[in-house]
Amino acid sequence: MGAVQVAARVAPTRRASPTTRLLVPALGILGVLSYWELHIRFFKVPAYLVPAPSLIAQTFVEEWPTLQRNLGATVIEAAGGFFIGNAVAILLATLFVHNKTMERTLFPIAVAVRTVPIIAIAPILVLLLGNGYAPKIVIAALISFFPTLVNMVRGLEAVEASALELMRVLSATRRQILFKLRLPSSLPFLFAALKISTASSVIGAIVAEWIGADTGLGYLIVVSTFEFRTGLLYATTAVASFLALGLFLAIVVLERLVIRWQPEAPKR
Amino acid sequence: MGITFSTSSGPLRALDGVSLAIRPGEFVSLLGPSGCGKSTLLRLVADILAPTDGMISVAGDVPASARRRRAFGFVFQDATLLAWRDAERNILLPLEIASDTHNARQRAQRLLELVGLAQFGGAYPWQLSGGMRQRVAIARALITEPQILLMDEPFGALDEITREYMNLELLRIWEATRTTILFVTHSSPEAVFLSDRVVVMGTNPGRVKLDLRVELSRPRDPAMKETVEFARHTAALRRALVGETRPA
Repeated sequence: MGAVQVAARVAPTRRASPTTRLLVPALGILGVLSYWELHIRFFKVPAYLVPAPSLIAQTFVEEWPTLQRNLGATVIEAAGGFFIGNAVAILLATLFVHNKTMERTLFPIAVAVRTVPIIAIAPILVLLLGNGYAPKIVIAALISFFPTLVNMVRGLEAVEASALELMRVLSATRRQILFKLRLPSSLPFLFAALKISTASSVIGAIVAEWIGADTGLGYLIVVSTFEFRTGLLYATTAVASFLALGLFLAIVVLERLVIRWQPEAPKR
Repeated sequence: MGITFSTSSGPLRALDGVSLAIRPGEFVSLLGPSGCGKSTLLRLVADILAPTDGMISVAGDVPASARRRRAFGFVFQDATLLAWRDAERNILLPLEIASDTHNARQRAQRLLELVGLAQFGGAYPWQLSGGMRQRVAIARALITEPQILLMDEPFGALDEITREYMNLELLRIWEATRTTILFVTHSSPEAVFLSDRVVVMGTNPGRVKLDLRVELSRPRDPAMKETVEFARHTAALRRALVGETRPA
């Protein structure tokens, strides 16, 4: 008999079926909602403190026209801020990678802007820009800007040394290095930042609406709180979450369309 | 039309008094331990690095002009393929950068055939094995039809079986294109098997220790590796290398 004998078989790892993968989290959510509903009914918690899920759903349907109108305003502000903030971040990151002096001059300013709490800047911007969309878009842009700037600078610089040597051997211009090497290799970093930005831009828009607005989900949150319309408050909060989730999913879909060269994305 | 250079002491003395001339069509290997400056030498020829002093002539030109007129191709240790381009578009990269679109796709297809990847033009780097990626890199280096191919340990990261196969493939490609090849390696059998000449380099500072002409007939056959002739060559290289690493 040998010192080591091997007679083995390795079964392929089984993945959960699609129905199981959807069913399990759905059951989890359903469980939480059921407990919430029963707790409120059993302990007779007043609706102005915490509304039951059934009441929130009812409010959602009844108040849909109001919710929809205010959602529209917040979508414009959040999406506008998202595009402007990220566009500026991408341009600035490109500038920084090509001009170190520019980076040393402007990066501390970007960090300084970042360290001022957004709640503190909001009233200043409302004073400066008035009560319309402008201050909300600016705040949403400010809040989306920073993660993208930092990630994009990292992404543009995360190029293998040998890839740069290759470009040198090929006598590529800086412009060709940017478009054929740096930008494509920065895309995974960019999308990671954009995903963070989706939720932050919604937060930015809502916080800005708290300070001064006559429309938007943030405005609706403030009004329904003061009027103790707790059902409406919860319904508005749910709409805000769905908005952030919708923007996030849009970026995920865009990422899948753009980054097609990688194997199945690692699970996050 | 080959490569000649001679450098003397610089402040860092990465290379000292290296003097070497390579004839057109010749296959020359640079062999030496890590840190002997063989990769540095290759990068001086490729105008990736600039010498502190000395003279380098590549295909009758200074390296910068040779680079700009695409007189040489360069193959790195890792294939350095762009992950977002399939094999064909990786091979097309040098032509895109040179704005040379004439028959570009046909030329890429011919090179895919030359390196034995005719069916893999649409495959992305992650779908290719290490050996296949390196073939794409070789095809990319050849698409501008360079007179000289500079190769920096191109098969160093491959397993032994793949490496032996790639050596045969490289000889076949070299015979088909008649390109001058300057090949950096730290494997003596690989250097002997491939080359017309093996230049052994020593460290501190980098310098030429031995310039050995390989007296094996062409075409080379893997069976030659078992001959006394082959062993005599590798033994000579080993003596030059070991003499180097023995403590002073």
